[in-house]
Amino acid sequence: MSAPARPESLARLERLVAALAAKGLVSEAELAAMQARTDRASPEIGARMVARAWLDPAWRALLLADGAAAAERMGVSMAGAPPLGVLENRPGLHHLVVCTLCSCYPRAVLGYPPGWYKSFEYRSRAVRDPRGVLAEWGTALPAGTKIRVVDSTADYRWMVLPMRPEGTEGWSEDQLAALVTRDALVGVALPQLPARAAA
Amino acid sequence: MSDAEPTPAIHDMGGLSRFRCSPVERDEAPPDAFGKRVDALRQVLAQKGLMTVDELRRGIEAIPEPEYFGLTYYERWLTSITGLLLEKGVVTPEELA
Amino acid sequence: MSAGPAAGPAARFAPGARVRVREDWPERRRLPSGAPSCHIRTPHYLRGREGEVQAVLGAFANPEDLAFARPAPPRVLYHVLFAQPPIWQEGAEGDTLLVEIFEHWLEPADAPGQEAA
Repeated sequence: MSAPARPESLARLERLVAALAAKGLVSEAELAAMQARTDRASPEIGARMVARAWLDPAWRALLLADGAAAAERMGVSMAGAPPLGVLENRPGLHHLVVCTLCSCYPRAVLGYPPGWYKSFEYRSRAVRDPRGVLAEWGTALPAGTKIRVVDSTADYRWMVLPMRPEGTEGWSEDQLAALVTRDALVGVALPQLPARAAA
Repeated sequence: MSDAEPTPAIHDMGGLSRFRCSPVERDEAPPDAFGKRVDALRQVLAQKGLMTVDELRRGIEAIPEPEYFGLTYYERWLTSITGLLLEKGVVTPEELA
Repeated sequence: MSAGPAAGPAARFAPGARVRVREDWPERRRLPSGAPSCHIRTPHYLRGREGEVQAVLGAFANPEDLAFARPAPPRVLYHVLFAQPPIWQEGAEGDTLLVEIFEHWLEPADAPGQEAA
């Protein structure tokens, strides 16, 4: 659970920023610009990359070969960002991403990681008991599916390319992108049809 | 994995038995204003060549275990960033007092 | 441009090669202050484990040096695939772990293990 930072931590941060500002090393404008840039990234970017891959084989090939190049093609600035690897789910194989050592996450295309992704419980259990973690999410994989847990330990960041749900033939990129949640891009969930359409 | 032998570094959490039976709490909240500010500061410092993300991690890993578990995520970052900038002489203890 | 792979040394292992993660525990050596004397990106649960190189991901500045602001020569990074059991018994047969490991942490699986004594 992400408790609020303590008042003394807020004060420590302000003293540090003030000391850096006094030396001309960091300005409020730079901090605001960086935060605005970081705030712009969201799972909608990753979702659109996936939807496009479901519709366009050439795009899918690019996405799997070089995720960062694909992101740039979508207008995402990857300058200074780590390379983006894309993990293709297929019948019989499901990927789940975790960072056991810290909290590596494809922020350029998914935004800030949620609190649970950074939690001690997720970091310790996803590699050891991935099926238990998926069960907590209510995620049921087709029988016989193998799980491949990807521990994000180094210079790449990893995003899952889920399988396109059945019953979406003829759907537009916008309609498909709306099915792809952040959780599906991490691998704790699968894209689901809205209850009405599935009924 | 021999659980009899605890992992020698607390951040290296894969498979730790102490969390084996703890469900993942579905904390979906985005970072608060403090967290976003620390996050932005870390990125600006990296952009200016004052620290790397690898140094950030090393500083987090140096936090003693009781404190590590007592701090929030971005409080650990702030502790690491502050320690690194002091270590490098970018700021002094007096300036932060 | 992302912060992609740097020009670096040729890869020692090819996709499909059987490799073993070195059974080394540098983090047990602490500085007199009690602070860590190293920073490594090889999870504890893989030390001494055998896997198969799935991909060569390129060469990247060694994080073990970057963490201490030392000159950091590029090292080849691999994606290595491990079977989930026997590392843990919770996974189902056929489940796997795919992890980025730097070349200096890998040795050929047919070489004698360091812990063998």
